[in-house]
Amino acid sequence: MTEHSDQFLLEIRGLKTYFYTDDGVVKAVDGVDFNVNRGEILGLVGESGCGKSVTALSIMQLIRKPGKIVEGKISFDSVNLRELPLEDIQEIRGNRISMIFQQPQTSLNPVITVGDQLAEVFEIHADLNDEEMWEKSVELLRTVGIADPEQKALAYPHEMSGGQAQRVMIAMGLAMSPELLIADEPTTALDVTIQAQILDLMRDLRNELGTAVILITHDLGVIAEMADWVAVMYAGQIVEQAGVVPLFDNPFHPYTRGLINSIPVLGETKHRLADIDGVVPNLVDLPKGCNFAPRCKAREKYGLSICEEINPDLDEIMPNHTVRCWLYQDTEDHKAPLKP
Amino acid sequence: MPRKADVKNKTMKSPETMISLVWRRFRRHPGAMFGAVILTILVISVLLAGLSPHDPEISDIKNRFQPPSWTYLFGTDGLGRDVLVRVLYGGRVSLTVGFLVVGISLSIGVPIGSAAGYFGGWVDNFLSKVIDATLSLPALMFMILLAAILREIDLPILKSDSKITIAVVLGVLSWPTVARLVRAVFFTFREMEYVTAAKALGASDLRIIIREILPNGLGPIIVESTLGVGYAIMEESTLSFLGFGIMPPTPSWGNLLDNAQEHLAEYPWLAIFPGLMIFLTIISINFIGDGVRDALDPYKILTQIDE
Repeated sequence: MTEHSDQFLLEIRGLKTYFYTDDGVVKAVDGVDFNVNRGEILGLVGESGCGKSVTALSIMQLIRKPGKIVEGKISFDSVNLRELPLEDIQEIRGNRISMIFQQPQTSLNPVITVGDQLAEVFEIHADLNDEEMWEKSVELLRTVGIADPEQKALAYPHEMSGGQAQRVMIAMGLAMSPELLIADEPTTALDVTIQAQILDLMRDLRNELGTAVILITHDLGVIAEMADWVAVMYAGQIVEQAGVVPLFDNPFHPYTRGLINSIPVLGETKHRLADIDGVVPNLVDLPKGCNFAPRCKAREKYGLSICEEINPDLDEIMPNHTVRCWLYQDTEDHKAPLKP
Repeated sequence: MPRKADVKNKTMKSPETMISLVWRRFRRHPGAMFGAVILTILVISVLLAGLSPHDPEISDIKNRFQPPSWTYLFGTDGLGRDVLVRVLYGGRVSLTVGFLVVGISLSIGVPIGSAAGYFGGWVDNFLSKVIDATLSLPALMFMILLAAILREIDLPILKSDSKITIAVVLGVLSWPTVARLVRAVFFTFREMEYVTAAKALGASDLRIIIREILPNGLGPIIVESTLGVGYAIMEESTLSFLGFGIMPPTPSWGNLLDNAQEHLAEYPWLAIFPGLMIFLTIISINFIGDGVRDALDPYKILTQIDE
């Protein structure tokens, strides 16, 4: 991410979150670094199980047994969140950092009205009386595009559509004008037309409030549309990071390439959709060396043996574009075949 | 939050609340409505006991052992007292004890069950052992023992024959059932995504327990409470029947049955009416409990929302 002269809003260094299960240690997040600047949208993209959600939950300090943040620095506005006592964390949650989840209907309490749930955010973080909370809640519902907000505020979650429920979630997330919003697959459960509306809403609110966003998704289309910066995750690690345009113009990592190539293009005829051979590795039993090596066509093509021995580090091979791949890095025994 | 009445210019039908939905379904359950009607009649009669011309405790020997007649609708007992009025006053005791016991067991059981279920870990281990220990006490023996002790000690607040004492004793023995239930509820609901979402908004544990999970768990708790009233009445009757609960001359259904034992063959009405009251009360409470449980069944609710 670009180095700004002021502090990063969020700085993650060496984050490792493991789950200690009966079947072994699941290394859900295994050494993740990234930064988020104020007002920026960072897209965190990857397949199911790559560790994106766990990263988000780790930032919010919401990891529970058998999971544990084993290592790493999570620095928000220069404060290490891992060192804060619970009350301070609770003060930050919903207030300076908010998180919204994938399934809007299950993220809302079924037996409490929408208006009351929205008001809870104010109850926790703001000092307002009932009248003021009601007005703010209604205003918030209006801002996120819910028609007839006074009426809808008295409704229960099951009386709303998925799109409306997600708008309510966004309203709750943005109620206190947080500096950072973490959106975990906010549109995955919605149909495409609603998805477009929700994304537009998020972008407008970002522009208005200056909120930074970590947008977690597996959908590259959403990334292309929304993100300023992108981090691609695979099996608990970031394998490529770049600005959104350079990433799509010039994807370096074979996995990123595979992802982009598998998107069907309108107007183009293909007999078979491209995909990436193989499956995501079992996080309890990661392969030696690079996590992607077993599936990597480039490794085969260039006959690289180091891939199965040593896991490469993230290396900045072009300004503001980092990749974790032996195709582009040298060591004493290994010469990178593709140095740009 | 403002109530619905505060919202002006409503043009739509107001959205259905859980309560109105549940009530609507409850009304359709024939057993439940029957139970509700019977119970209401019982409660009203019990409350109106004072309207009777007869006194429940003053003896009237010349009128002893009268069979049921127009003067004495339920007959009289060995001391010439009107059985009907004694049964009604006894009802006050039994119902009061019944509701008090449930109140006590909820006050103890809900906090303990919530803590055990929500926090898990050593909190749960410790509290579960307390629950199990209390449950393993042989209830009847313990009640008799406690009642006997209290009679000997004669504490100022806890008179051995008072309704409060009985209620406390029974409540202390019945809270574990409630706690177990609440604990199970919390184990289930704490994994819900809206709990995580609430935490992500900065909600404290206490807020989550009270505002997020408890409202969802009310269903089974309410059902257990209605049944609990029934159990408590039974237990009070048993205690009094054995001579350890409410002492004469104060009537309770239990001690009425006790006094009726010796005369069962000659004067059966002395046992029939108190027995009938116990039976009707408990059956109607159970039907109501059934109705509430069915009305709150989430599967049925989710599929019937559009009705």
